Amino acid sequence: MLAELTHRCPLACPYCSNPLDLDKREEELDTETWLRVFQEAAALGVLHLHLSGGEPASRRDLEDLIAGAAQAGLYTNLITSGIGIDRARLDRLASAGLDHVQLSIQDTDEDEADRVSGYSGSHRRKRAFADAVNQVGLPLTINVVLHRGNIARMRDLTAEAIELGARRIELAHTQYYGWGLTNRAALMPSRDAVEEARRTVAGLREETAGSIVIDYVLPDYFARYPKPCVNGWGRQSLNVTPRGRVLPCHAAESIPGLDFWNVADHSIADIWRDSPSFSAFRGTDWMQEPCRSCARKDIDFGGCRCQALALTGDPRNADPVCVLSPHHETVAALVEQSSTEQGFVMRGRSPAKAHPS
Amino acid sequence: MSAVPADARPRLARGVKLAEDRVRGGWNVLAPERVLKANATTVEILKLCDGERTFHEIVDELAARFSADPVRIETDAGALLADLRAKRMVEL
Repeated sequence: MLAELTHRCPLACPYCSNPLDLDKREEELDTETWLRVFQEAAALGVLHLHLSGGEPASRRDLEDLIAGAAQAGLYTNLITSGIGIDRARLDRLASAGLDHVQLSIQDTDEDEADRVSGYSGSHRRKRAFADAVNQVGLPLTINVVLHRGNIARMRDLTAEAIELGARRIELAHTQYYGWGLTNRAALMPSRDAVEEARRTVAGLREETAGSIVIDYVLPDYFARYPKPCVNGWGRQSLNVTPRGRVLPCHAAESIPGLDFWNVADHSIADIWRDSPSFSAFRGTDWMQEPCRSCARKDIDFGGCRCQALALTGDPRNADPVCVLSPHHETVAALVEQSSTEQGFVMRGRSPAKAHPS
Repeated sequence: MSAVPADARPRLARGVKLAEDRVRGGWNVLAPERVLKANATTVEILKLCDGERTFHEIVDELAARFSADPVRIETDAGALLADLRAKRMVEL
């Protein structure tokens, strides 16, 4: 389960996975409600709790939330920018029962990293935060969202992750939803760069075996078949937004007409089993052709509903990343478009600042 | 030959937990972004990986408890721990 504790964040990354329309602070769930949600999630069978945002450290009650989640028996993973957590606070989070820290970095070059995060000095602070995580003894994962601007530096990024003491690195290509879709022209790498990245990862895995685990998330648009998005709708994951709406995936709100239940009105178990939004694309009965008769329908579940909607206009269509989709040409054309777009549209930043020239 | 030295004192890395699954039954190894379903043998081996017992002692203890061939146990447990070590889930 992904708990988006808040949409507030000091950074403004152009590939942010939060929706364009952010939940406001005064709408956020209170401490007691989150603690109840964690109990209900554990009772339903949730094992991992990812505390995310926005920046989860923007919540002053993060310590209490982690303590409650640990008490419920959940494995707690803090997904953070590292901004807003000093050593003393990290100690408190660890004592509360935090199991693991996932820290994002934007690039290896400080200036470029700060440009992408929209926050001056962010990279230096992230390095200091990684040091603190090591001192406290918590396991660390570094995650990097790959895009045109940093895809050539995967090797350096991995070296930096090792230097920062990470046990694991997640190299994940940008997913084109929300802000990522808005900034797609400036983020999408060329086909050549993607091919090169694939070779680099294979080599890196061998070279770094035993010192760091590399999780590589494939570039969506460049694949032949779609990703098994969230491992199937309503099958093993759920996402709770800052104001308590429960979604089958974090971008699901982009699909119009779905009725998302709120934890204020229903238990997690009821929402999981009975809410119309979870039932909408669960299993395979909702599928149309070419998915309905496809041998791969239980492998990739037709791909991503949000992407099907965004690129074909109908969330019941096959994800057009799939070569079998009649809309596949749309994706193929996007991939071949070589763009020189440089500027980003960043959340909470004025367009003038976002387009330095 | 086992993949793990006899005098190594294996333990689960910090952030890796052997946990009973109260909803589905059985046991899981929980790690960052990973859940490994642990079968009965794995559970018995990992429960002894406390950072104090040596690998040699773990093998002896399991062989005695299950009246099993220590060579076979050493091979199986060694393979398991070497695999988890490669995944950075176990420290030797």
